[in-house]
Amino acid sequence: MTTYRPIHGLMAEFDDPDALLAAARAARDAGYRRMEAYTPQPVHGLTEALGRRPTRLPWIVLGGGLAGAVAGFGLQYWINVVAYPLNIGGRPLNSWPAFIPPTFETTVLFSAGTAVVAMLALNKLPMPYHPVFNVKEFERASTDRFFLCIEAGDPLFHHKHTRTFLLGLEPLRVQEVKS
Amino acid sequence: MPGDPIRRELARLRRPALAAAVIGLAACAAGFFLDRQLLLRSYLLAFLFWTGLSLGSLGLLMVQHLSGGRWGFAIQRPLEAAAKVLPLCALLFLPILLGQAEIYEWAHEDVVAGDPVLELRVGRYLNTPFFVARAVLYFLVWCGLALLLAGKSRARDEGAASAVKWLKGVSGPGLVLLGLSITFASIDWSMSTEPHWFSTMYGLHYMAGYGLSALLLMVLVMARLRHWEPASRVAQPPLFHDLGTLSFALTMVWAYFSFSQYLIVWSGNLPEETPWYARRAQGGWEALAAALLLLHFVVPFFLLLSRRLKRSAVVLARVALCLLALRVLDLYWVLAPAFHPAGPSPHWLDLATLLGLGGLWLLVFYRNLGAAPLLAREDPRAAQLESQAHPA
Repeated sequence: MTTYRPIHGLMAEFDDPDALLAAARAARDAGYRRMEAYTPQPVHGLTEALGRRPTRLPWIVLGGGLAGAVAGFGLQYWINVVAYPLNIGGRPLNSWPAFIPPTFETTVLFSAGTAVVAMLALNKLPMPYHPVFNVKEFERASTDRFFLCIEAGDPLFHHKHTRTFLLGLEPLRVQEVKS
Repeated sequence: MPGDPIRRELARLRRPALAAAVIGLAACAAGFFLDRQLLLRSYLLAFLFWTGLSLGSLGLLMVQHLSGGRWGFAIQRPLEAAAKVLPLCALLFLPILLGQAEIYEWAHEDVVAGDPVLELRVGRYLNTPFFVARAVLYFLVWCGLALLLAGKSRARDEGAASAVKWLKGVSGPGLVLLGLSITFASIDWSMSTEPHWFSTMYGLHYMAGYGLSALLLMVLVMARLRHWEPASRVAQPPLFHDLGTLSFALTMVWAYFSFSQYLIVWSGNLPEETPWYARRAQGGWEALAAALLLLHFVVPFFLLLSRRLKRSAVVLARVALCLLALRVLDLYWVLAPAFHPAGPSPHWLDLATLLGLGGLWLLVFYRNLGAAPLLAREDPRAAQLESQAHPA
């Protein structure tokens, strides 16, 4: 018996997107949940095949947008009504119609800013180290190869059985990903 | 193909349209003897709404020829069918042409005489001969564009290679012409109901509204036909997602134009500009304005943010139907206070004209829709569709 060494997972390599899609569906049907796919281009239906829940990002962006609206309107209200009230052409201090365009702009600004920052945060970026790069062939994930990695953290993960399962999907090869 | 399920569905849809046309027009005939002025003023609103569906479709048709995209490919034929109702709209304009005096105060010499502003405007622009000439010109441009674009698109089906380039080439200048003609038509037919008032945003407000109306109609058509070949090939969640997102954008454009016009008038605070809003802020019209702000902008804004809602044909179609009804209400708020400054006074003739013209419009629309294959062939996007055979 060899000594036990923790690994990140097992990685199967495919040379076309449809094979990867089929493999992801098969893995999900087999009960695997903690897995990730790596592709050089977007593959339609892959998110669903992996069984990913819809991202929370839209809700976070909505919150950012609403915060932007409140902040934009609040700033103008505070300046014009509280901090520095000026009589401009006899108009009321709280001239809300004039506040709407800047409020719209801050809404868009905060939404876009929140989208970028929250996207990075949800993806846990920047990430200086990731175990998948320990596999030498993985560099082709950005050119012409499609990878499916079943992670060791999955409750169903078993070194031998998972390898057999992946080999059954007829990949180019299956490799161990050192952590 | 007589067994074509799309044709059968269109035949089913034709019956209620025919009933609406018969009932509505019969009621209009009764209104002709009861109160001609009320009839024509209601008729103007119905005419502007239904013609707007054709004009919005014509605009979207040219936009999608220029922009590309799978949404445009999917609704190209329904857009062509709606644009090709414009000859009927030209015919339906005749009552307005003949009944000018019942609708527009500038058509009365005794009203104009002694009013220096009106004397100038009527002398140079708002007089009957020029009004008629301009209307003829608008319809020539619109019908010409609609028939040419639809004809070339059919020629492309038959394999005319030059048609692809031609469609793009016409759409650019065509959009400019359409924008100018809708601006002038909205001034002539709608803004001149209050001839002292003017706004340079007015035409844009109509354009955004018309584009939105046409898009909502497309949602309803595609949702209705989605079960049958060949509509089922394109009427999938991604298409409804696209149409929902575009509707979202256009409700925002509509709100932007509506509000910008108000903001400019409010900031200027000039006696010749504010009466238009003052009239619409009393007697119950202000409640309608608040309802429009809430239901035509705030509610659809949040509803159409939802990806799940937009991908469901059934739910999106329901939202589209409600928004289309609100489009009528928006036109009512813009147009009717000129005739009823004391407050909203809905009349059964408003409904009768909407039904009658709507029935006629839909009958021609369904006929046009059945006359051409629902999906264009030889479109570069048709090949794309074949290559991604499995819908997401």
